[in-house]
This record gives sequence, C-alpha cells and structure tokens, in this order.
Amino acid sequence: MAQTIRVAVSGQPNCGKSTMFNAITGGSARVGNYPGITVDRLEGVYRENGHISHLVDLPGTYSLTSYSMEELVARNVIVDERPDVVINMMDATALERSLYLAVQLMEIGAPLVLGLNMMDEVRRSGVTIDVDKLSRLLGVPVVPCVARVGQGGKELMRAVAETAERTKGKWSPFRLSYGPDLDPIIERMTKVIEAANFLTGRHDPRWVAVKYLESDEQVMAEGKKAGTTHDDLLALCAEAEAVTRQHSATTPDAIIADWRYGFINGLIKQGVVKGGDELRRNNSDNIDKLVTHRFFGPLIMLAVLYGMFLLTFSLGEYPKGWFEAGFEWLGEMGTTYIPEGHLQSLVVSGIIGGVGSVMSFTPLICIMFAMLVFLEDLGYMARVAYMLDRVLRIFGLHGMSVMPLIMSGGIPGGCAVPGVMSARTLRSPRERLATILTAPFMVCGAKTTAYLMLVAAFFPENPTRAMFLLVLAAWAFVLLVSKLLRSTLIKGESTPFVMEIPPYRLPTLRGVLLHTWERVWQYIKKAGTVILAVSILMWAVMTFPELPEDTVAQYETQKEQVAEKVKADNPSANEEELASLTEDAQKEIDDAQNEEALKYSAAGRVGEALTPLTNLAGFPWQANIALIGAFAAKEVFVSTMATAYSMGEVDPEESGSLSERLAADPAWTLPAVLAVFAFMLLYTPCMVTVVVIARESNWKWAVFSVVGGLCFAFVVAVAIYQIGTAVMA
Amino acid sequence: MVTSMRQLAVNQKGCINAVTASGELGRRIRDMGLVPGTQLMVVGRAPLADPVAVRMKGFTLSLRNNEADYISVEAL
Repeated sequence: MAQTIRVAVSGQPNCGKSTMFNAITGGSARVGNYPGITVDRLEGVYRENGHISHLVDLPGTYSLTSYSMEELVARNVIVDERPDVVINMMDATALERSLYLAVQLMEIGAPLVLGLNMMDEVRRSGVTIDVDKLSRLLGVPVVPCVARVGQGGKELMRAVAETAERTKGKWSPFRLSYGPDLDPIIERMTKVIEAANFLTGRHDPRWVAVKYLESDEQVMAEGKKAGTTHDDLLALCAEAEAVTRQHSATTPDAIIADWRYGFINGLIKQGVVKGGDELRRNNSDNIDKLVTHRFFGPLIMLAVLYGMFLLTFSLGEYPKGWFEAGFEWLGEMGTTYIPEGHLQSLVVSGIIGGVGSVMSFTPLICIMFAMLVFLEDLGYMARVAYMLDRVLRIFGLHGMSVMPLIMSGGIPGGCAVPGVMSARTLRSPRERLATILTAPFMVCGAKTTAYLMLVAAFFPENPTRAMFLLVLAAWAFVLLVSKLLRSTLIKGESTPFVMEIPPYRLPTLRGVLLHTWERVWQYIKKAGTVILAVSILMWAVMTFPELPEDTVAQYETQKEQVAEKVKADNPSANEEELASLTEDAQKEIDDAQNEEALKYSAAGRVGEALTPLTNLAGFPWQANIALIGAFAAKEVFVSTMATAYSMGEVDPEESGSLSERLAADPAWTLPAVLAVFAFMLLYTPCMVTVVVIARESNWKWAVFSVVGGLCFAFVVAVAIYQIGTAVMA
Repeated sequence: MVTSMRQLAVNQKGCINAVTASGELGRRIRDMGLVPGTQLMVVGRAPLADPVAVRMKGFTLSLRNNEADYISVEAL
C-alpha cells in the first residue's frame, strides 16, 4: 500500500520557496484560503516510489513569532496539523538569516529537511558552503538546490521520505542554550509546565517556556485560558527580566534572539562557510545606485508605472473587446431565442449585461496582474516602496501602498478590483486596510467614461485640464482620508518598515503565469457569484414595479397613431422603408415611455424619494437614479443618465449627444456639477469592489466602505454645492 | 566611536553595539539579524534620505531612520 507523507513547506520570503513548491508539485497545486483570513493556502501532491506526499505551502516568514498573520498561520499549521516532515527552504546567499527560521523550526521539534536554495548564486559569488558539515552539525538532512531550474526537488523529496521513515512521526524538539541568565529559569519554567501538564497537549513544555519569555501573545493568551500556571509562569518571566535587565540592560526576548544568532554564528564559524565578503555590494546594490538614485530613481519609477499602465490598457483593449463582443452575441442569442417578456429582459439585460460588463474586465486584470507579479518577483516593487515610504508614511500609509493606489486609477483608467487585490503585498495590516478603503476613490476606468461625458457637457473648452484636476483631487482625497482613518478608526503606530531588499532576480515565465492565474481565477470565481446576484437585484429594482397597464396602453395607442400617420404621409414607400420610418417616428415615444418606466420603478422612486436630501447637494433627479444604478458598475451612470434623459440606448464611448442635452438642462448649475463630480469620486465603491474589499478584509469593513463612503461623499457634495451657490449668488 | 545607526554615512561600515527597541519593532529588527556583533555597511538612502539601505550578513535590508535610532553602532 502506498505510504502517505504529510509535508509542510516553510521558508523566508524571497527564498524561492514557491518556485520549489511548484517544481515539486507540478500542476497539482490548488489554491485555497485559510479560514477567516486572506492568507493563501497552497496544496499539492508528489508521487514517487510508492510514497504519496501531500504538500502544503506555508506563508513566507522570517521568524515564527506571533506578530503577523503569516507567522501565526505558519506556526499553527505545524503545531496543529503535525505534518510528518517540514521542508525549510533557505536562501543560501543569506545563510545566517535563513538558519534563524530553521533553528526555530527545530525548536518546535517537527522532523526537518533543509533545502539550501540559490546554490548557483553562492558559487558565483566565490563562497563555498560545506553542506555535509552543516547537516552533521544540525543533525538534519540538507539538500543543495537551484529551484529556478528545478534542481534539487527530487533529492529533497527523497530526503523527506527517508526522514519520515526514520522519525515515524516522532518529534524531537531541539534544546538550544540561551545562556547562563536564562537557562536556569527556562529549566524551572519547564518543570512547572510539565508538572501542571500545562498546554502540553499542543506544545513541547520547554518551547512554551521560551515563548513565555519572548512574551508571545498567542501562547500567552492560550495559557491564560488554560489555568493558574499562567500566573506562575508570568512571575518567573518577571524574575527573568529582572536578571537580564541587571546583567545586560535588556529584555529576555532580546537575549533569546542574540543566542539564536550566536548559535548560528558558531555553526558557520566551524567552517560551514568559506570565502566571500558579506558586506560587499552585490550587483543589485550597484544597479540600485541608479534605480533608487535621488533624481533618476523617481523618474524611472514614473516611466515604469506609466508604461505598465499603457501596456495594460492598450494590450487589454483587444481581449476586452472580444469578451464584450462575446457577451453581446450571447445577449443577441437571448433576445432571439427567449420569448419577449420578463425572462428575456432578466437574462439579457440583467444577467448577461451585468455579469458581462464585469467579466470583460478579466483580460485587463490578467495583464495587470501578470505585470505586477513580474515586477514583484523581479524585486522592483520593494524598491518602489523604499523610495516612496517617506511620503506615504506622512499619511499613515506604507511604501507598499503605492501600487494598489496606482492600479485603482491613480492614473485614470485603472480599476479598484485588481487595485484592492494587489494590496495583499502589504504586510502591515493597518496600512493595508487604509489602502484598501481609500483606493476606490481613484478615477477608475468606469468612472472615466462617466467623467468624460460630464466634462464634455460642462467643461468643453478644456477637457484635459478638467480631467487632470480631477485626478489630482482623487489623490488628495485618498491621502487625506487615509490620514483621517489612520488617526481615528485604524489608529496605531506605523508598522516597522524593516524589510529585505531582495536582489534582482529574473522571474520564471511559469511562476508569473501561475501566480497570475491563481489571482484571476479567484476573481472570476468569487466575484462572479456575487455579481450575478447583485446584477439580478439591480435589474429588478430598475424594472419593477412596471407602468400600469393603461399607461402602457396609452403609449401603444400613440405609437399606433404615429404608425398610421407615417403610412398616410408616405403612400409610395415600400414595406421596408415604412418600417424604418415608423421606428424613427416612434423613437421619441419609446424614450418617453422608458423614462416614465424608470421613474416608476423602485430605483426611480428611491431616486425621487431622496430628492429632498439630494437637493441639499443640488443633484438633478436624473443623477440620483444614475448614481444608484452606478453601484452595479460605474459605467451604468452613463447608460442610466441616457435613459433618464430619454435617449434610449447610448454607447458610453459615444456620449456626445447626451452631453449636449445635459449642457442644455438648467438644473445643472456649476455648483451642482461640481457636487456631482465630487460625489461620484467619493461615494460607495461599485459592487464588485465591495465584494473584493469584503474578501480582502471582512464584511464589516466592506459595509463601512459603503456607508462611510456614502456619508462622506454626501457631506463633501453638500459643502461644495452650498458654498458654491453662496459664492456665486 | 559608538553612534546611532542613523548617523552612518553611505559607504560607511559599522558593527552593532546594542539594539534598544522592544516589542514588535525590536522583534522584527532582531529577526532580520540585527543583533549585537553584526557588521554592516550603509549602501544607500532613498531619494528623501529615509529609509536607509544596509548591507549585512549577505543581504540588503532597509529600515526607516527612526527605526535606525534604536540601533547603536561602533563606526568602523
């Protein structure tokens, strides 16, 4: 019978862990989520010599404390799922730092196999690592690898099988000495823990003692619930701190880290590493002399961002067009084969129209993500964060916030959906949340269509300047609202920036494609289901209740009369010409009917009912309905305005004539126009974005972005309208 | 001469003397290997002179100036 081995793959960020994971598991990897959090859980299978290995990829972490979600997940998977073997991938070019994680894994006690990655780079830099010696000194198998070219995967899995065979699921926690100050106290704490059987179901006693000394929040919270031993341990911790303060003026956790590194240093000095100069600049540091240069750095960054943007939208336009054409064709099929009536309207306008408009963004998201993953894997994003951190920090954001903001429409035309999703690269929860909540203010592609229409109507003399000012306003609002959020609701110190600047490494095509596909698929799957539901809802509120029968009958009579009249006026026309003439003549009546139907529908009534409120901001009633409809997707603003202004179907791309009608409507005073502009910028994100926000944070924050955005936008709009009106009077 | 890491000039080397940060910041600093006895060299500063990039233990690390304040170094 085949033997099953459960394997967890751990490693520090940028160590090539994912590359190796993909190389080992081939195409079998599946992405999931750890319940309740947004850390991806990647699983895969490897088969050889009658063994079936089930691998789970742990999040990349430098350490196993409990400060970040990733570290907690990594630790909990090891502790709770008790894998038979843990693979620890290591960046051999930064061996000391990599061993820091390995030592912590050894302390937990899971059977370990070390994968020493990037051995080619090590050799190239003139360093030799004595792999056998390292393995002997640690008592753990060590396998040299070059994950980029798939080297070492087989050997690694063979070592895993041997280790599983040898250990047979038995864990042997490694006992590291923490020096004369702490060792005696750890000993006493261990005895206390063993005597009380305190948390021993889950952890090794000595490990718990060390975690208490490190004041590990999770273990201590667990301990507090477990009983009074917790208090005894706290007393011992206080004693330990008194000792370390007296002897070395520092805390026990600092001593622990020092001794861990001391142990590692000792290993390395025993001849594991020979040659090389740790402080010598590598090629990446030399490249960075230019790439993060005081003047050229920001210039290069602008060029890269702009180029990325251009590429996404020029390249994405084609597949986006195909998608749109595809859905249009589907719509036509629906119109042809489903009998006219509610079902047809639901399927064609509601489902195909709604889901289609969202799905046609998929190619853009694909391309944008592919480029983002490329820049990230290349190591460039770390440089961007490094250059911009000083500015963004002022507003309570993080250097890494810049990418999500730009993607969301920091340069008009982006989309908040990939923008919010790309905020995952932020490892600081507070800054990440502030970024997610403010990124939707940016002028996304959908808003751009609406603004282009409005700008053409009201600022025809200089549309470019108007759009430019709008984008500046968006940035200003993002930064100011972040600042506001970070000093109220998401208060808290800025997360430390202590961050590795990884060397530039050319990403593999396979890696980029795989990561992109994972993200895009999640977007399609998760967003797709909810969008379907909301599309149906939006369709329903804009359709029901319908006009009463007698009203419809009136319109029908009018149309018939027109048809008769056309027939009478053109006695010589053939049937085809007659039909077309009749249609033209009836268009006005159709438009009027559509307008009345929209006003009569639930959405229309809500729009009307809101008039007393929106009058404060000077919104014309048509804008009310359009803004409600635009929750489904911001492009809907244009099409709804068109319906409300009796224009029938209007292509958002060719909204010229609608602009003329708007310009002619006296309800649009300058303050009213500006108020709508501001409201459009700031109010509730579109439904897809809301769903994504919920997924990337939680529903509470998604609701906050809906309600908070609405209130904030309203206040700003009212202020603009009232002040504007007062000034102009 | 012992000084704060913030004071180090680009291309200047130093050896860590003490890390006085505690809590999350202290942990993160130590996790990355900034412990007493570690040798480092400042390899660059961001366009606005903050954060700073440091070469140590075979890799490059960046941290903010106000975080570097917690690290005292013996300038070499």
